[in-house]
Amino acid sequence: MLAYIIRRLGQSILVMAAVSLISFSLFNFVGDPVNNMVGQEATREDRLRIRENLGLDDPIIVQYVRFVGNAVRGEFGLSYRVRRPVDELIKERLPATLELVAVSAVIALILGIGAGVYTGIRRDGWLSKTILSSSLVGVSLPTFIIGIALIYLFAVTLRWLPSSGRAGLVEIGWWKTSFLSVDGWRSIILPALTLSLFQLTMILRLVRSEMLEVMQTDYIKFARARGLSERSINFVHALKNTLVPVITIIGINIGGLIAFSVITETVFQWPGTGLMFIQAVDFADVPIMAAYLCFVALVFVVVNLIVDLLYVFIDPRIRMAGR
Amino acid sequence: MSELLEIENLDVDFLTRRGNIHAAKSVSLQVAAGEVLGLVGESGAGKSTIGNAVIDLLESPGQITAGSIRFKGDELRGKTEDQMRRIRGDQIGMIFQDPQTSLNPLLRIGEQLIETIRKTKGIGQSEAEKSAEELLESVGITEARARLRSYPHQFSGGMRQRVVIALALAGDPDLIIADEPTTALDVSVQAQILDLIRGLCKSRNLGVIIVTHDIGVIANIADRVAVMYSGNIVETGDVRQILGNPQHEYTKSLIAAVPRPDKRLHRFNSVDYIDGSGDAADTLNRIDINTHWLGQQSQLQQTPATFNKDAPAIEVRDLCLAFKLQGAILKRNRRMLQAVDRVSFSIAQGESFGLVGESGSGKSTVARLIAGLHKPDSGSVEIVGQSVLGDQKDPRIKAARLNLQMIFQDPYSSLNGRLRVLDIVAEPIRFYKQSDNEKHTRRLVHDLLEHVGLGKDAALRYPHEFSGGQRQRISIARALASRPRILICDEPTSALDVSIQAQILNLLKDLQDELGLTLLFISHDLPVIRQMCDRVAVMRNGSICEIANAEALFTNPQHEYSRHLLELMPRMDVIGAAL
Amino acid sequence: MLAPWIAPFDPFDPAQISLWDGKLPPSWVEGGQSQYLLGTDNQGRDMLSTILYGGRLSILVGLAAVALGMVLGVTLGVLSGYFGGVTDAIIMRIADVQLTIPGILLAILINGIGRTILPLEMREEFAIWVVIIAIGLTDWPQFARVARGATLVESQKEYVQAARVIGLPQRMIILRHVLPNTLRPVLVIATIGLALAIIAEATLSFLGQGIPPTTPSLGTLIRVGNEYLFSGLWWITLFPAIALVVLVFAVNLLGDWMRDALNPKLR
Repeated sequence: MLAYIIRRLGQSILVMAAVSLISFSLFNFVGDPVNNMVGQEATREDRLRIRENLGLDDPIIVQYVRFVGNAVRGEFGLSYRVRRPVDELIKERLPATLELVAVSAVIALILGIGAGVYTGIRRDGWLSKTILSSSLVGVSLPTFIIGIALIYLFAVTLRWLPSSGRAGLVEIGWWKTSFLSVDGWRSIILPALTLSLFQLTMILRLVRSEMLEVMQTDYIKFARARGLSERSINFVHALKNTLVPVITIIGINIGGLIAFSVITETVFQWPGTGLMFIQAVDFADVPIMAAYLCFVALVFVVVNLIVDLLYVFIDPRIRMAGR
Repeated sequence: MSELLEIENLDVDFLTRRGNIHAAKSVSLQVAAGEVLGLVGESGAGKSTIGNAVIDLLESPGQITAGSIRFKGDELRGKTEDQMRRIRGDQIGMIFQDPQTSLNPLLRIGEQLIETIRKTKGIGQSEAEKSAEELLESVGITEARARLRSYPHQFSGGMRQRVVIALALAGDPDLIIADEPTTALDVSVQAQILDLIRGLCKSRNLGVIIVTHDIGVIANIADRVAVMYSGNIVETGDVRQILGNPQHEYTKSLIAAVPRPDKRLHRFNSVDYIDGSGDAADTLNRIDINTHWLGQQSQLQQTPATFNKDAPAIEVRDLCLAFKLQGAILKRNRRMLQAVDRVSFSIAQGESFGLVGESGSGKSTVARLIAGLHKPDSGSVEIVGQSVLGDQKDPRIKAARLNLQMIFQDPYSSLNGRLRVLDIVAEPIRFYKQSDNEKHTRRLVHDLLEHVGLGKDAALRYPHEFSGGQRQRISIARALASRPRILICDEPTSALDVSIQAQILNLLKDLQDELGLTLLFISHDLPVIRQMCDRVAVMRNGSICEIANAEALFTNPQHEYSRHLLELMPRMDVIGAAL
Repeated sequence: MLAPWIAPFDPFDPAQISLWDGKLPPSWVEGGQSQYLLGTDNQGRDMLSTILYGGRLSILVGLAAVALGMVLGVTLGVLSGYFGGVTDAIIMRIADVQLTIPGILLAILINGIGRTILPLEMREEFAIWVVIIAIGLTDWPQFARVARGATLVESQKEYVQAARVIGLPQRMIILRHVLPNTLRPVLVIATIGLALAIIAEATLSFLGQGIPPTTPSLGTLIRVGNEYLFSGLWWITLFPAIALVVLVFAVNLLGDWMRDALNPKLR
């Protein structure tokens, strides 16, 4: 088991190294960093001096090592556009994104798994069929259209909820949270719903198909032949076996939530890291792009490590491998 | 003896889009307490359907359309789902074929047992634990208390099947239905499980229905036998009468097809009851090897340096191959499996040589090493006197390899489903340009297909339109299309029903007689080896225990392991001497 | 595909557009004109025609992107699965790393880089190609994984071994035996991939990163319309949005049907 965890850790580090390499090469791909830092009027001498200060004349490998060293400490330099340290910008906007993703994840998981199990068990009920048909519509709805529709319905027509922004913030240290005021909840609910809907339908469909697959197995048939109750078969025998693949997908989906938060944040003008990233891409603001890339990869890697550990708890075959 | 289960005129239909399939037609059966009834039949005969119908677990869209099922005098048809649930496990237990998949992999076997015991007996946790322990002991699992905390993957196949039996017994049922309970197990384990089931039947006075395709299993365990053929029970009776003096044509033909361990027959006789593909003997048009295309050597094979009429067909010396089970950076941490360990033998031209052993003994790996599908770690392989290891592009090695073809085990995966039979069989002919033109190619393919007992109409169809036995014939035609001198047959019939097996074995025997082929025949089935081979090598854990003439091996085995294997062979002495 | 023939107007023909006709509502709403069935957009283009042309563009971009991802992914996946070893390790590690960055993000990134590298005057002209490449490059690991999995299964099968014993060269075994048998699962994910590619293109365009308003795709239209949503010009957003959802839904239905039809386990 220890070997399994160490191997997973090793893979994670490898992935992070590769992503940092991509981030690093962004600096060299996209425009000349010096041009981006000084104005048009800078003299040749100024430019050379800045080049030297930035260490751009060092061998590539030295530059990369320096980049990684800084990245590990969270330093990605100054934003080309707003000329403030990137880590400060991210720290400012991180709570907004994390809270949004967390609320969406909770909605998607609870409703997705619940409805998936239900439709898996009651295969032919009318409610199952309704849920299933609407889930196909759900998969077909692009996130930004859901966002626009919700805004039009709840903000423009009904005027129940705010259409954009992040109101009602309460400060806890440097962390500004939406969770401690009614206004905060009112403004997070629409974006969170928008973000969760696509993931919800994905989880629902996956849980259902896994459940159906498990129901076909010999051990479920054998459990039936022993006269065990439907409840025990569904919730003890089937659900536990369904969870193994579902957990994998959930790991991937957390990454998906972060990705789509870029879109949701744009639609709702939610002041998170995703909105910052889109603006950075517009202006080729490389330090922010690089930092964001590393941040997303880090979240993904950490979530997957947790997923791998969960496996160990659920599946005895992994826990006991190598014994 | 009062009857425990009585089935009368049972009809089971499967309503599918393509019409109504009658899986069971007017089936009548009785089982008494303390009796083992063998329900025997080949695939598709409907024998599993009967078992599922009794406990009302027919897979949709199957349903019982007529007849009655009485258990202890009580009609089971028309019972509600709740009533049936109380009968399942409590009154009637079920054992499935594959112990690998019958147990929930994520629950400890203790949890699975105790849950079943508590449900069926309605007793408390600690009592149920005790009873689970006793149950495990009664099916022959030692240290039962500790084993309750194990997960299914920590047991071997035979042990898992014991756990499955314990689970089936947990509710103290009066009737056990065992659906192919030993098919997925090794021979040595098979005998133990059958003994266990028979012992439990007698000591607990259970009624047992064993559903199986294997006459050997029936001969060893059953008191009475019912023979099923395409949904009908064609014959019922005492095991000695059915096996020794069958009345129905189908039963006769079925029993004639069983390979006999006691003496070698030239061919299997009268195995042509099954409709569809007839026995090859009837359709085989004899050919003259000296003039026929199959008898002529191609230019490629005839490089004088490579074809030596006196050299052994195959000679292997000190062949070794290890597989990596678990990789590791440090060499000492790697776990290796010595799949083939210093194997040496030599096969003369025209000889048929058998390689026998249990699964995992390395016999198939040896075949693959000879065919060039694996590379050995060390040792040598010679085909007709030419070493074939080294640079595979060497024309001499290529020429030598052309003398050898292989027939595989699984008829379903050994043909490319996207190609027509014509293109499958013609592939070697076209690739090596062995025909004058496309018309000639087609004529050769038609000829080959007719020769293996398929009509030439088969050429334009796709593999999925054929049955397992017919596919194996297509495989043989494909192998022959390379005009080989040597044929490696890797368990060519182990996926087939016994009557089809007899037909394919007949075909191989005929081809060998006619073309003078050298056969390397690999099987786990001793009676089949007995019917096919002149000389036999017994393999175990990657190395050869004994090489002997077939007669000598079966009458007077020298090695301890050979004796052990022979003892495990199902007793067939009940089969009539008349056949 | 038939847009040029069905559409009542050519949205790219300046002669047919007049700004005076801009922002007209659909014909059945007060103030609408009967020749503009679904109204006009902010530049006075007929909505119906623009949607038909935009939908065509969305499908074409989606198809091209999926084709790119499929060719790349299947090639690498089959090679990876058949040869195993170092080839496999390198290709699949690259795919793993790429999968740590969610698809749409990567597409935005590649698209952004692509646009920055191109000289200013070529950006509009090549925007469509940049989008196709960005989505295609994002797609390939999915195809590679499925193709590799299928190849691993197929190359273990005995018909491949039989082909090896016959002595066929590897190139022929891969092209004639392995590849055709891996295509079935690949086609299933290709339809799902097409739906996702259409969504991805629409999303890029909506974020203002994709196809420029001069030759609008559905996503571009929705972006433009979204700016007028609060001023009550709902039709500029609504109709392209409906068109997009219907389009994606149809592709998804096709994918669902194919998956069931090709899976022997389900009925």
